[in-house]
Amino acid sequence: MNKTAEIVIIGGGISGAAIAYNLAKKGMKNIIVVEKKFIASGATGSCGAGIRQQWGTEMNCKIAKMSCEFFETANEVLEYDGDIEFKQGGYLLLASSEKEKEQFKRNIKLQNSLGIHSKELTLDEAKEIVPILNTDDYVSAAYYEKDGHLNPFHTTLAFSTAAERLGVEFMKYTEVTDIIVEGGKIKSVVTDNGIIETNKVVNAAGGDSQYVAKMAGVDIPVYSERHQILVTEPVDPILSTMVMSFTGNFYCQQVPHGGIVMGRGDAGEPRDGNINSGWHFLDEMAKTITNLLPPLKKAMVIRQWAGLYNLTPDRQPILGPVYEVEGLYLAVGFSGHGFMFGPATGVLMAEMIMGEKTSIDISALNLYRFAKGELVFEPSVV
Amino acid sequence: MEDKTIVCRCSDITIEDIREAIKNGYETFEELKRVLRTGMGPCQGRTCMPIILREISIMTGVPIEQLTPGRNRPPVNAISLGAIADQEEEADE
Repeated sequence: MNKTAEIVIIGGGISGAAIAYNLAKKGMKNIIVVEKKFIASGATGSCGAGIRQQWGTEMNCKIAKMSCEFFETANEVLEYDGDIEFKQGGYLLLASSEKEKEQFKRNIKLQNSLGIHSKELTLDEAKEIVPILNTDDYVSAAYYEKDGHLNPFHTTLAFSTAAERLGVEFMKYTEVTDIIVEGGKIKSVVTDNGIIETNKVVNAAGGDSQYVAKMAGVDIPVYSERHQILVTEPVDPILSTMVMSFTGNFYCQQVPHGGIVMGRGDAGEPRDGNINSGWHFLDEMAKTITNLLPPLKKAMVIRQWAGLYNLTPDRQPILGPVYEVEGLYLAVGFSGHGFMFGPATGVLMAEMIMGEKTSIDISALNLYRFAKGELVFEPSVV
Repeated sequence: MEDKTIVCRCSDITIEDIREAIKNGYETFEELKRVLRTGMGPCQGRTCMPIILREISIMTGVPIEQLTPGRNRPPVNAISLGAIADQEEEADE
């Protein structure tokens, strides 16, 4: 069955749902979100569920801060009948060398200048926050109390159900197979459930964004990399804050439900879209975390899973139009942080699409920065 | 079955909760898992999955053999982080 739409958003993760909600709130009608499976079934639903504002680039800091402030009131603003399970237990970042300690000092200075009141901690101060911490391999720490945790499924559903109430249509279990471009303009989106005629498309396809861009004849400099996670069975509160190290390549947080979620990346991953779980990860993760937080030796692992980071060369997202294809917009390449950036992505993309001045100047995140070599690298990624 | 009957013993979810969520449009095991946590606990769906699939079948009219069960993820049985970490040390000796 063929349809027409003012705009088609490809991807029913946090970005797609938040963009749809914000466009509808601004009065746009006839918005369709096309989702291959179900809401938050891709990268959003498999993410580590942490949210932080301690970033190393100005753009990432600003977007994270704007998003975090939204999360504080999201249940009410989105009139959600569930709970997004927002917990601000803070993020404790560990530096393993003098070089990283200096990097943290620079990051903290930048963060403080943008209203993010993070601070440097000594190892003794870090142990006051996490008494079970083994600090042997580290030299210093950074901490911000307003970072934390959020339930990815419920947060995305909060956006999608609010969007539905404003008239947005979500086509679930519908896969985009082609994007028709004529004379440099978007004409329609072809799906396995019919063709949608439209002049505007937002690519918010997460781990598949490079393939969706290719359908419109556009090459974007991103690739997808598997990152794995495990969770233990729920235990009594033992870890109030997220513990994370970039050089140590891990993050670990006890979620409000009681389970302890931990993950790490592997830059040697084949870039083939694989999201199966592997034994190698389980082994490395267990060794790393039992050395860092020895009492967790007794915690029982009940499940592993994996998702895709959609990585850009500078580890910052691409937010903006594609000039070669009129009507095509990108909200891609979040490099593992699309979930926590979701609320800002929604507002900023909606403003851009409606031709308004964006609340934060995000011109630095345009697609063309890579060709020009105008890159500011994000140093703080696991 | 009584409405208050517990279907998911890991997360205390009743048959009433399941029926309500199916009514709200969450018609697959994977979606119910994400809104209710059924299948996320220590049993990993061994107890609740057959009951939930049957309930989806009854409410949607789709035969149970045509429904997609939840995705199985490792480990098969719960295992402590310490046991995994120590295992490799022994192998190294």
